[in-house]
Amino acid sequence: MSASVTKIYIPRDTTALAMGADRLAREIAAEAAHRGETVEIIRNGSRGLFWLEPLLEVETRAGRIAYGPVENKDIDSLFDQSFLLGETSHPLCQGLTEEIPYLKKQQRLTFARAGVTDPVSLEDYQQLDGFSGLKKALLMDGQAIVDEVKISGLRGRGGAAFPTGIKWQTVLNASPGATGQKYIVCNADEGDSGTFADRMVMEADPYMLIEGMTIAGLAVGADQGYIYLRSEYPVAHQILNEAIAKAETAGFLGTNILGSGKTFNLEVRLGAKAYICGEETSLLESLEGKRGMVRAKPPLPAIVGLFGQPTIVNNVLSLAAIPYILSKGGQAYADYGMGRSLGTLPFQLAGNIKQGGLIELAFGVTLRELLEEYGGGTFTGRPMRAVQVGGPLCAYLPESQWDTPMDYEAFQAIGAGLGHGGIVVFDDTVDMSEQARFSMEFCVAESCGKCTPCRIGSTRGVEVIDRIRNNENRTANMELLSDLCETMIDGSLCAMGGMTPFPVQSAVKYFPDDFNQQPKNSEGGA
Amino acid sequence: MTAVNEQQLPVVTDVISGLKHKPGALLPILHEIQNRLGYIPAESVPLIAEALNQSRADIHGVISFYHQFRTTAPGRHTVEVCRAEACQSMGARQLEAYAKATLGVDYHGTTSDQNITLEEVYCLGNCACSPSVRINDEIVGRVTPEKFDQLIDELRSQPLEVH
Repeated sequence: MSASVTKIYIPRDTTALAMGADRLAREIAAEAAHRGETVEIIRNGSRGLFWLEPLLEVETRAGRIAYGPVENKDIDSLFDQSFLLGETSHPLCQGLTEEIPYLKKQQRLTFARAGVTDPVSLEDYQQLDGFSGLKKALLMDGQAIVDEVKISGLRGRGGAAFPTGIKWQTVLNASPGATGQKYIVCNADEGDSGTFADRMVMEADPYMLIEGMTIAGLAVGADQGYIYLRSEYPVAHQILNEAIAKAETAGFLGTNILGSGKTFNLEVRLGAKAYICGEETSLLESLEGKRGMVRAKPPLPAIVGLFGQPTIVNNVLSLAAIPYILSKGGQAYADYGMGRSLGTLPFQLAGNIKQGGLIELAFGVTLRELLEEYGGGTFTGRPMRAVQVGGPLCAYLPESQWDTPMDYEAFQAIGAGLGHGGIVVFDDTVDMSEQARFSMEFCVAESCGKCTPCRIGSTRGVEVIDRIRNNENRTANMELLSDLCETMIDGSLCAMGGMTPFPVQSAVKYFPDDFNQQPKNSEGGA
Repeated sequence: MTAVNEQQLPVVTDVISGLKHKPGALLPILHEIQNRLGYIPAESVPLIAEALNQSRADIHGVISFYHQFRTTAPGRHTVEVCRAEACQSMGARQLEAYAKATLGVDYHGTTSDQNITLEEVYCLGNCACSPSVRINDEIVGRVTPEKFDQLIDELRSQPLEVH
């Protein structure tokens, strides 16, 4: 029928694949061949509209038209209703992708290319401003690059929110000793449940991370970088390795970057299922080939880091923000946000939510806007009851706190945290004493064992909560739990033991009824 | 057992000589041995220790620290069920109970036909389409007990791979 080639986009992102994108791509190709249609299937990244995955897009003169979520059973009707021409009559048609309100209302700086491009295409990346930050950085001295990052106000996106520019300044100033070696380490051990923004960067726009790390290397004089990637992300691993190999071949990495004579080499190293290795000093131990035991600070990794050398350890999102900052200037980034939380944060809506996905917005949006306007309520259709923001070490928030603006300081003021921007929603069937028990249980499984309050306190925590759930000596055990939480907070070196009590305390404080009744379905014997 | 180890040891020495010069070589070495053999045989520990000039206790300490490394052979397929919060909010507790009951094993156990090893995992990054499981290197979302049965049936009906 149509002689021209129609471009179809089907993501190769983990969630798209988990919802059947590979099978869909195969079936579409087979059906097109069967019908004599010429199509080119491009495996792009995800737009982050995960409730629509697999989201299929067709390129038309008006722009890309989206259909989703597409299952194999829909293929016939899509062809029958001329989806190759961008016909909008099909019930799965979402119209022009860029006009979908969930996407259109966002402020995508870091995720501007996500889902638009083929993640490993250097041409796609460069057509959409890729490597323009690197080209500028190659003409600047290290201090000028660090100053630009300081102007941006960027704070570490891993969760601790430490000013990135100040960390870089420390590494720039640090003496590397006789070897002259400094390192850039990317923390891609995204272990918090409810988070997938790092994964999306690596799967949808890996060159952005490569560019950000290379700029960091130029800024502080480091010629070797490592991406410490969790082994739970096999798709990201594959895509990163493809991208690094292509970038090396094209001269964006290696011994003579774009003919500048500057060197930066990059290697992906896999973790091995240990949540604690997301803590930066534990991560460094792991990279050195050791048990992931937390180190005492000081000395800071910026001064004594990987193999004892000055090291930048930054989260994926922090490094991914760098190309924009260098390309458009630090001030352009700082124009977004509020107070001391400048720029954007990619929020991740997850768990029991109707429209889960990635929402990049300036700081300051309220949690309720995200839950209601974007999320559209729970997946199960039941009332929302508790929302855990910031990962397994952060508080559960009751409805009375959902009007808090998403801002580091505003969240701190209510005893909560933004962490890495993950938002996990629970409906009214949740038993918060069971969630509190899990927080302690997770700490038992994942503690590195260095600090007694974390290693043993978490085991005692599970036992005490079990007694409370079994209605044994409730008042005394609630008091004991409260004491135990304080001991863990005050007596642990890192956030694992020091913050595990936060979700527990919030559950006790805001959902006391769940600790005051007969147990529902105790896990105690499991 | 001895015969099996005779086939395995050349793989181990090959991996070690290929990777031992990398900075921080131990994790890459352990990953590659497990990739190729499915687990890290006890006999490889002294070989790694010697190559890296570390004690056997050091190597054992690293193997036992990380949840991923195993010292016994797994089943032909590994099924990991996510236990983390986002999946909990969508019924992961019921799913893990169902998985254990259906397969008749607890976590870290292997079915009696040596086909499937069940493992726990804390987050696969598929949190907007929970609950999730990972089957070998493939992640699957929105897993109901019915879908779990289908996935297991597919594994059971696959022809055996001959190594």
